[in-house]
Amino acid sequence: MSISVSEPLTEPLTWPAEGVARVPYRVFSDPDIYALEQERIFRGPVWHFLCLEIDIPKHGDVRTTWLGDTPIIVTRDHDGKIHAMINRCAHKGALVCLKKSANVESLRCVYHAWNYGLDGKLKNVAFRKGIQGKGGMPDDFDISKHRLEPLRLEIFSGLIFGTFSSETEPLRSFLGDRMTQFLSRNLGRPLKTLGVHSQIIHNNWKLYAENVRDSYHATLLHTFYTTFKVNRLDMDGGIILSDKKWHHISYTKRATLKPAQEYNEAKVHSAQYESKLAGPALLAAWDEFDDGITHSIQSVFPTLVVQFTLNSLAVRFFVPRGVDKTELFWVFLGYERDDAEQTRMRIMQGNLTGAAGLVSLEDGCINEFVQRGTRTSPQRAAFVEMGGREAVSNESSRATEAAVRGFWHGYRNIMGFETESTR
Amino acid sequence: MSATPLKAEATTVIDPEIHLRIEDFLTCYAHVLDDGTIDEWPGFFAEDAIYQITTRENCEAGYPIGVLYCEGRGMITDRVKALKTANIFEGHTYCHILGRPSVRQERLGVVAVRSNFSVFRTMEDGKAELFATGKYLDRIDLRDEQPRFLERRVILDSRRIDVLLVLPL
Ligand code: FES
Ligand SMILES: [Fe+2]
Repeated sequence: MSISVSEPLTEPLTWPAEGVARVPYRVFSDPDIYALEQERIFRGPVWHFLCLEIDIPKHGDVRTTWLGDTPIIVTRDHDGKIHAMINRCAHKGALVCLKKSANVESLRCVYHAWNYGLDGKLKNVAFRKGIQGKGGMPDDFDISKHRLEPLRLEIFSGLIFGTFSSETEPLRSFLGDRMTQFLSRNLGRPLKTLGVHSQIIHNNWKLYAENVRDSYHATLLHTFYTTFKVNRLDMDGGIILSDKKWHHISYTKRATLKPAQEYNEAKVHSAQYESKLAGPALLAAWDEFDDGITHSIQSVFPTLVVQFTLNSLAVRFFVPRGVDKTELFWVFLGYERDDAEQTRMRIMQGNLTGAAGLVSLEDGCINEFVQRGTRTSPQRAAFVEMGGREAVSNESSRATEAAVRGFWHGYRNIMGFETESTR
Repeated sequence: MSATPLKAEATTVIDPEIHLRIEDFLTCYAHVLDDGTIDEWPGFFAEDAIYQITTRENCEAGYPIGVLYCEGRGMITDRVKALKTANIFEGHTYCHILGRPSVRQERLGVVAVRSNFSVFRTMEDGKAELFATGKYLDRIDLRDEQPRFLERRVILDSRRIDVLLVLPL
């Protein structure tokens, strides 16, 4: 049986009674659901990654970014304080900042030259008193009543998060203990950017959110992971879901490989590749941590991922660009303390991921294949029962879709798409 | 390993015949990629050559990581092997349109070359569109009969890649 949820959708959404073990295809292609997500998730009580603190290192630095569909400005003012605001002039609504990065005295809208401080407060209105005593703003115009619309922001481990909602809980409780610990492990020391690019993937943003939580596909689709023993399911590893199941960590300990028959028996494409590299420097690596973890993917709901593959540290975040289009940003990082040899290894391992990543370039097209396969069948649903039907942590196996179910648990909760427990 | 683009300026000292030889070499490289004879691609590079794809943004910021970085023909060959046998993607072909190169003599037998390109990509389903524009910054060794890249840096104008990049540019 299924339950209909009456939502502000013209056509109410029916979520199958199996709950998080099913995903109605309609959520990937319905523009009404996309619009509702902008309201409930992106403008709702959720923290969203905006940019890194090192993107605005100096006083006067400005960075533009997006929160869902909304263009955002993040600034560091002349006292060093960080602010976030909508990139939309308080006059007629033009974009105020056009460049990705800049260093400025103040923010000036090009249209009619309204001028704002780096905190977003309106400082000056051109021709406010008119010209030669004629025209100008009405006498009761109050400059303090107009400003760039601010966002709340909080910073953790160099990540700047923003939210539109006054109801969003404190960032640390939004993330939960396990998530903050692991973010600190990976990002909790001075960072430096090693490179950036982005990718347009032709799929709904949630397919990528699922994909990064899908530890089932990783070693089946991605030949390099398997062949070069970077990440396999016959290594010790696990899936940790955050308290509310929205975020996750998937980790692998490379030194614990106990080659499993299943890789050969399943005639897995990824295990058939002959594994000698003519340029072995690609995989030169060192143990950075003493916890044995050599590969990890951490997601923060809804659109942030932190990757640590061998020594390749990267922040990925994705921005919805319409119901079937997503921009995926890659920021490759190192630490300030890295020596030349360590930087060199991170640069080499930069080949593993990204738009041309030897390990993971398949993710650029695989979600599009799902988009193309499902868009004409909104009434059908995906089957997500690998590793059970619940969304629970599993620290002994990653042959599971537990973290994918965790995402849908969070999504249904915040979208109001939850059914009563009917099972 | 620096991503600083080398500057190649046109000078008058380049013998027209050398210029022609370079143009033939660059044209031949593009045709190998466009015609799908990718096995011949590593042969365009010297043994310890650098092949990099990055973006204008990374160059300007001095960031060493772009989109792809190979050091030595081994890593270049691994890319061919990976795309032929390991990587999974929807089939597509390229069409390179090359601009006329400007050439500067770097030292005896070695030239620095800059040229513009655009690459159109045709997908399995028939969709054909502009995939990439940018410039090649090359260092080419002309001392042997067969010229070879000592360095080929592909600087994309855009930071944004559509779908993925698996065939080299
Ligand atoms: S729209 Fe910005 S000053 Fe008019
Ligand atoms: Fe993947």
